[in-house]
Amino acid sequence: MASIEQIRLDFPVLDQQVNGSPLIYFDNAATTQKPKVVLEALNKYYSEDNANIHRGIHALAERATAAYELTRKKIQSFLHAESSDQIIFTSGTTASINLVAQTFGRANFEAGDKILVSNLEHHSNIVPWQMIALEKGAEVLVIPVLDSGVLDLDAYQKLLQENTVKLVAVNHVSNAIGTINPIQEMIALAHAHGAKILIDGAQSVAHMEMDVQRFDMDFFAFSAHKLFGPTGVGVLYGKRDLLESMPPYQGGGEMIKEVSFAGTTYNELPYKFEAGTPNIADVIAFSASFDYLNSLEKGWVEEQENALLNYATEQLGQIDGLKIIGTAPNKIAVISFLIEGTHPQDIGVLLDKFGIAIRTGHHCAQPLMQRFDIPGTCRASFSFYNTKEEIDRFVVCLKRVVTMLL
Amino acid sequence: MALSINDTQEELIEEFGLFEDWADKYEYLIDLGKKLPGLSDEFKTEENVIKGCQSRVWLHAFMQEGKLIFQADSEAVIVKGLISMLIRVLSEHTPSDIMKADLYFIDRIGMSQHLAQTRSNGLLSMVKQMKNYALAYSSQA
Ligand SMILES: Cc1ncc(COP(=O)(O)O)c(C=O)c1O
Repeated sequence: MASIEQIRLDFPVLDQQVNGSPLIYFDNAATTQKPKVVLEALNKYYSEDNANIHRGIHALAERATAAYELTRKKIQSFLHAESSDQIIFTSGTTASINLVAQTFGRANFEAGDKILVSNLEHHSNIVPWQMIALEKGAEVLVIPVLDSGVLDLDAYQKLLQENTVKLVAVNHVSNAIGTINPIQEMIALAHAHGAKILIDGAQSVAHMEMDVQRFDMDFFAFSAHKLFGPTGVGVLYGKRDLLESMPPYQGGGEMIKEVSFAGTTYNELPYKFEAGTPNIADVIAFSASFDYLNSLEKGWVEEQENALLNYATEQLGQIDGLKIIGTAPNKIAVISFLIEGTHPQDIGVLLDKFGIAIRTGHHCAQPLMQRFDIPGTCRASFSFYNTKEEIDRFVVCLKRVVTMLL
Repeated sequence: MALSINDTQEELIEEFGLFEDWADKYEYLIDLGKKLPGLSDEFKTEENVIKGCQSRVWLHAFMQEGKLIFQADSEAVIVKGLISMLIRVLSEHTPSDIMKADLYFIDRIGMSQHLAQTRSNGLLSMVKQMKNYALAYSSQA
């Protein structure tokens, strides 16, 4: 197993000065950094293989198509999905969720139906449901969150009781406060009441093993850029019968079997949902993210990140007036906090001057901020390439910043 | 006789020239923010909120003897410091002078990063809104 110093060298972006100090990147929940192998794959594709896929019969088109489809296979194995044609490429989690809302939702929602989302959701797992609900006369109801940042499962069961819920849409992990939701239990409950369930995995994929079959997921969505891959690539996994019964989403090339003015027939899975030339280069480069992750010792990522979370929680706890928002027993390495007498934005601006990147604001989860009656938070989110030394420096700088502000 | 807009800008550039490093600059800015009187609740209305800010920022403007007066407030103290400088430069001038003003001091004191869109701290929206007020009042005059 490589040392942490060696692992950091795999991520070229980490080795730089920001405002005269070494960069400390604690904004991994927004996007993760990319290992060299991903950058090299991107470069190699454009330098050697660039061609449009699925249509050409020439050598480059064949190589590009094979590489593109290989990524699909790697995602299938990463998710433990039944088959690779249940892996649909999109442009991101947001696009995957909108796809389900506009196809499954459009075909299945009726007036009076309920759609459940949680109070922990990212806007991208709220707004698409509001949009289709408005159109269909369906209603979006909210699973409440307890003070600790844990979902209220009793309330969830009550909401399901009447069997009028068509779909539950919840995240696996909260981006704003790090809570890991008990999705296995939530999925079983949804199914027991005849509801389908979509899991937004944007924040979980980088931190834990995934198994869509064992969890019996109906839909699972995530973004490559939060899993050490390029931006502009997302994935939607769906159960076969669901995907097959859904109408197509966007019309265009790739997604058709035959087109005539008398009528058009559609391609089979997954191409039915992949209209137009996709983001070939980034999908191909994403393949290298899985190679990279597979090169790490099994279990090491979780172990390293848990150590960082515990250490940071302990160290931050020693700062006067600091309050952690979200204290669920099961959390990923994300700490959202407020410091009495200061505004998150001021903390973020000043930490940046020390070369420290955190996120401040509402984290695209305004309903959650409203729930806690706060304007936003400071959020430090860690990845396995972060170190305890970085946390030490973060804490020292944070104390300095607070002194400046108070 | 009050200072012209550019005289005040020069004054600020000189003041900031005295600081050795960023920390001194920001400490000064924070101090300015703390000293800005702010707005009473009656002016912290939805109408006066400047959109596009990570912290809430309110701007109130009114005419007095042909001059446009600005008052503002924010939840974040650095933003408040930045606003305080804008008020010092632009408030109590005629709408036409405000409309014509080229705010070069922001760049010269090393604060242009706060004008960038990504900062979403509203300095840019703030300047825009101040100029909008000037435009509105100049057409009234
Ligand atoms: C929980 C969660 N869902 C959805 C998204 C949206 O992902 P994307 O912007 O990549 O579509 C994010 C991104 O921050 C997220 O954290």
